[in-house]
Amino acid sequence: MKRKPQRRVAVIGAGMSLFMRRALETGKELSYYAASQALETAGVRLKEIQAVVMATAPDAFDGVHMKGEWLLDGAGGVRKPYLRAYVGGGSGVFSIISGWTLVASGLFDLVLVVAEEKMSSCQPHPQGAFLTIFDHTIERPLGPNLLWIFSLEQHRYMATYGIRNEDIALVSVKNKRNALDHPVAQVAASLTVKDVLASEVVAWPVHRLMVSPISDGAAAIVLASEDVARRLSDKPIWVQGVGWSLDTSYWGNRDLAYPRYVERAARMAYEMAGISEPRRQIHVAEPYDPFAYKELHHLEGLQLSDKGKAPEDLARGRFERTGELPTCPSGGLMGVGNPIAAAGLMKLCELFWQLRGEAGARQVPGNPERGLAQAWGDLMQVGTVAILGVN
Amino acid sequence: MLEYGWDAGVAISRFLDGLKAGKILGVRCNVCGRTVTPPRAFCELDFKPIDAWVELPDTGTINTYSICYITWDMKPLRKPQIPAVIEIDGTTPRAGFLHLIGGVKGSSVESIRKQLRVGMPVRAVWRKPDQREGAITDILHFEPVRGRRR
Ligand SMILES: [Zn+2]
Repeated sequence: MKRKPQRRVAVIGAGMSLFMRRALETGKELSYYAASQALETAGVRLKEIQAVVMATAPDAFDGVHMKGEWLLDGAGGVRKPYLRAYVGGGSGVFSIISGWTLVASGLFDLVLVVAEEKMSSCQPHPQGAFLTIFDHTIERPLGPNLLWIFSLEQHRYMATYGIRNEDIALVSVKNKRNALDHPVAQVAASLTVKDVLASEVVAWPVHRLMVSPISDGAAAIVLASEDVARRLSDKPIWVQGVGWSLDTSYWGNRDLAYPRYVERAARMAYEMAGISEPRRQIHVAEPYDPFAYKELHHLEGLQLSDKGKAPEDLARGRFERTGELPTCPSGGLMGVGNPIAAAGLMKLCELFWQLRGEAGARQVPGNPERGLAQAWGDLMQVGTVAILGVN
Repeated sequence: MLEYGWDAGVAISRFLDGLKAGKILGVRCNVCGRTVTPPRAFCELDFKPIDAWVELPDTGTINTYSICYITWDMKPLRKPQIPAVIEIDGTTPRAGFLHLIGGVKGSSVESIRKQLRVGMPVRAVWRKPDQREGAITDILHFEPVRGRRR
């Protein structure tokens, strides 16, 4: 980071659609629903919005070329400066980063950020949308599918630190239970570690209940510059820091046990936010959890656990909603669902509500003042981080 | 439907020629000191052309593996695929590439895990020379090297 940004940026409204296996609404309709809710809670009309950021993941889900443009109407982007934020699974958190740059730079005072995903249209299975992320010459002839890379990474993580699958299954248990309190949740459940490990093995060490579901859904927030935020909102939630980083696409050449790109993204965000002791200064975290092990892997990259120690921290209750550092109090992707780009922005909606004390049954105790959300994606190479706070 | 005629490029073309001849080729960068495969024309860290091509042995170790029971469209597989990241001997540690493990008996997680572990030495099992076509699949799979300890 060359210099710290001068203009402060706040989140002043948030909205979400239901997350579900198959929505009968189109992607535009889902986007409209989330975006209009965010505008309403911010007390802002669309005509006051000066620019729009849209996050949506692979075009292949919809079979629509340049679907950012296609979704524009639902995102409220007509006749406005509009951009699509797209770094695969990292897109949801990258969307607030993109919106933040537009406001922090002084270009705009009010920006609408919308994230949408509709995976269910893709037949016979949306996993097929990811087949083309593999190298066309030296990987695709081997017949890979997306689960391969995650099961390979989880096993490397386990083998490096001697982690058991029981330790990882506990993430599914915690997040699916937390999601019981989320009104939009798709796969909330009260389960035990035994239930998770009794679900079928899809790609050992990954069992079915350690994988987030196929989902349709949308989320949105409204960003404002400092003056405008103070005028429009009693409780603006400030974007204190953002960071992002991408690692090499030669994914086999990386240390799969540790997400260094997440560390780089986090360090950038911590520096911007003036955070020197993240474990003390972050009060609630929404690490990205599309697979159970990823929450633990990411907590280590975020410097919120020691390397290889996140499973122990989880087992002793540190990450429970009432623990020392509540993680995924929303229920995460494992519980609320995983409409890819929308799931990342859902995490920022959750921080907005948690920091305002408006999270209802999901509220973490102790009046949290600062939270972190993180997402990850593409060939396991993207880290995106945003830190929100009450001042 | 569209089809694509991808070019393999300068470095991967030479790598594929090597496979056809039964050799695994890698490249070295003298600035970062890494030896890596699959080869590349330039070092992505130092952003300069690579310094040397090296012929690597066809042995290595298992960095990680998985036992996959589903296809991309979630159809069950009776006989699982065993993808792995293999670190080829002579390359920089933690610089592996994707391939498959074979030569393993049984199809249950239990029986396969008894025969494989992370860090285990493996060797490439090649197609017969007259059946090779200059493709990654000229190596059928890697299989455990029995009786070899490292
Ligand atoms: Zn180099």
